[in-house]
Amino acid sequence: MSARTELARSSRRRRTVALAAVATTAVLLAAGCTSNEPPEDEGSAAPQVAAEGNDEPGEKVVIGFSAPAADHGWMGAITKSAVDTAEQYSDVELRQAEATNDVNVQISQVEQFINDGVDAIVLLPFDGAALTEVATKAMDAGIPVINVDREFSSPFAARATVLGDNYGMGVSAGTYICEQLGDNPDAVVAEIAGIDSLPLTQDRSKGFKDALSDCGLDVDARVAADFTVQGGETATSNLLQAEPKIDAIWNHDDDQGVGVLAAIENAGRDEFFMVGGAGSLDVMEHIKADDSVLQATVIYPSTQAADGIKLARLVVHDKNMGDLVSAGVPRTTQLYAPVVTADNVDQYMSIGFRS
Amino acid sequence: MSTQVDASPAAESRSSWLSGPAGRTVGLVVALVLLAVVGVITGGERFASLDNVMTILRLASVTGVLAIGMTFVITAGGIDLSVGSVLGLATVWASTLATQTMAEDLHWTVMVLTGLAVGTAAGLINGLIIAYGKVVAFIATLAMMIAARGLAEMISGRQTQVVQVDGFLDFVRADFIGVPVLVWMFIVVAVAGWFLFNRTTFGRRTVAVGGNAEASRLAGIKVQRHLLYVYGLSGLTAGIAGVMMLGRTTAGTSTNGLYYELEVIAAVVVGGTLLIGGRGTIVGTVIGVLIFAMLTNVFTINNLSISAQNVAKGVIIVVAVLIQQRFAARSTST
Repeated sequence: MSARTELARSSRRRRTVALAAVATTAVLLAAGCTSNEPPEDEGSAAPQVAAEGNDEPGEKVVIGFSAPAADHGWMGAITKSAVDTAEQYSDVELRQAEATNDVNVQISQVEQFINDGVDAIVLLPFDGAALTEVATKAMDAGIPVINVDREFSSPFAARATVLGDNYGMGVSAGTYICEQLGDNPDAVVAEIAGIDSLPLTQDRSKGFKDALSDCGLDVDARVAADFTVQGGETATSNLLQAEPKIDAIWNHDDDQGVGVLAAIENAGRDEFFMVGGAGSLDVMEHIKADDSVLQATVIYPSTQAADGIKLARLVVHDKNMGDLVSAGVPRTTQLYAPVVTADNVDQYMSIGFRS
Repeated sequence: MSTQVDASPAAESRSSWLSGPAGRTVGLVVALVLLAVVGVITGGERFASLDNVMTILRLASVTGVLAIGMTFVITAGGIDLSVGSVLGLATVWASTLATQTMAEDLHWTVMVLTGLAVGTAAGLINGLIIAYGKVVAFIATLAMMIAARGLAEMISGRQTQVVQVDGFLDFVRADFIGVPVLVWMFIVVAVAGWFLFNRTTFGRRTVAVGGNAEASRLAGIKVQRHLLYVYGLSGLTAGIAGVMMLGRTTAGTSTNGLYYELEVIAAVVVGGTLLIGGRGTIVGTVIGVLIFAMLTNVFTINNLSISAQNVAKGVIIVVAVLIQQRFAARSTST
């Protein structure tokens, strides 16, 4: 922490090589947390930065924004927070192309942004690899692309990348379960994953497994759903059938978690506790009220695209990011995945989203 | 443009000019022009630029190629629900590590041929089951739709396979006389499809089989074999579209082409091909595809949501079919 305050103090100094990806994690999360406040209040934690005036209106910036269809709560919150953030800036004009889950259409939207000559593009691709080609084309046309959440397959396709920490989510969930069960090596731990084909699911599961093995536990039962309520219900009822006694469950996704909870209640089971994932408001309310098996959830920020909008604006204005000394917006920003429990839930309610 | 194949020439020639095939095409062109006018009014320069025209055409290319094959199937009185899944399977099979390694060693066209072969094979299987197994087309192709998607997931391990064969990438990225290769592929398939449909016995037989299979059989057409070919053709276009999708995204994944069958059937029906078979139009299909692509474009330019766009698409489909029914009623009543 002291290193970061020092950075803030000397934030006037520039021209250092910008490769500070890891150190920026917490800074950007702070920016994301305050995204619901008006720009003037921004950065109250770091007055010097505010004085430097990243939020001062500047040249007008036209930002093209495209994300997959908002077919679950988290994705809906992504788009909403991006739009809200853009509205806070008088110098930002957002061109929003709400994409379907059809990469063909999403590619054509990016092509349209290129034709329009927007100043920057914030892109949460349905499939990172499939949108790499057209993103590279935008970069070649001199339009900086901010890649959000699902990474392109080429470093030439984006000026900056904002990522959640999927592996870290698994680690946070696993570590929490270890803390709760640590003294019982025979405990039965179950995992309800999201869409198994996605790299993000594989990363989450790997982090979870690694963290559990640190305290001598392992994943005894694992099922995969598909981020939908319906899928969560089906997968969980099968899991509960198969495992007569469970001590802890990690469910990757709070949207499918609605179905997971329904299945648990239908089966009348409560011998275990459950950890969620993503951080929906419903789940946080359950944690606060302590009225279900839900004890905790791990945040996967739904404010990532909002971060992307802010970064796009900074890139176009050629400014620095927050408390960093080094010149230019960093190439990669990976966000933090904190555990929300009854003790700290109030702190995170503001960034929870509705499923 | 007015040389559409007439399912029942006697009936249609007696009705008025506007309800004939030329009239239907004119109606579609008017709809397309109206949409373009809306685009120019709301989008101005952003809509009416050469770059934007290419963007629309590139968007239309993949579904356009599928729609050409679908026009034959629907005209022959059938339906092919499997095209989206077969497209996905073709992108996956053509981009596996094994295929890509072989393409590096031999020639990049190995990937193209793999895609086409996979599509054609799936189409022929559909045809065999429908023509010789006497399974209803809806069920047979529904089964293929599910199975092909599953097979694509198995082969890819549900991962995204990135294309790294330079020859293939250079080919699909290229422009020819200012027009992208993808669009050229659509044009070639559309022209070939038009020729096959309107200028060959194959096309006339397709219309005849769809109009009245029993009469066609009595007239000496080998109906079963013809159906086999028609579904094989639809599979081939799914393979071509798969190769195009692979070029556009440079990635093969099992989710490619999800729900495309519905989009394609909608475009074909809006274009004026009768869902009960016996009448079809390639020109109408191409315009139908362009209408939907332009609609997406106009909505995006105006910052309108996909949800509103889907409502508009639904309305267009219903209106188009209502108009068609009016024509159909008139031509049968005369």
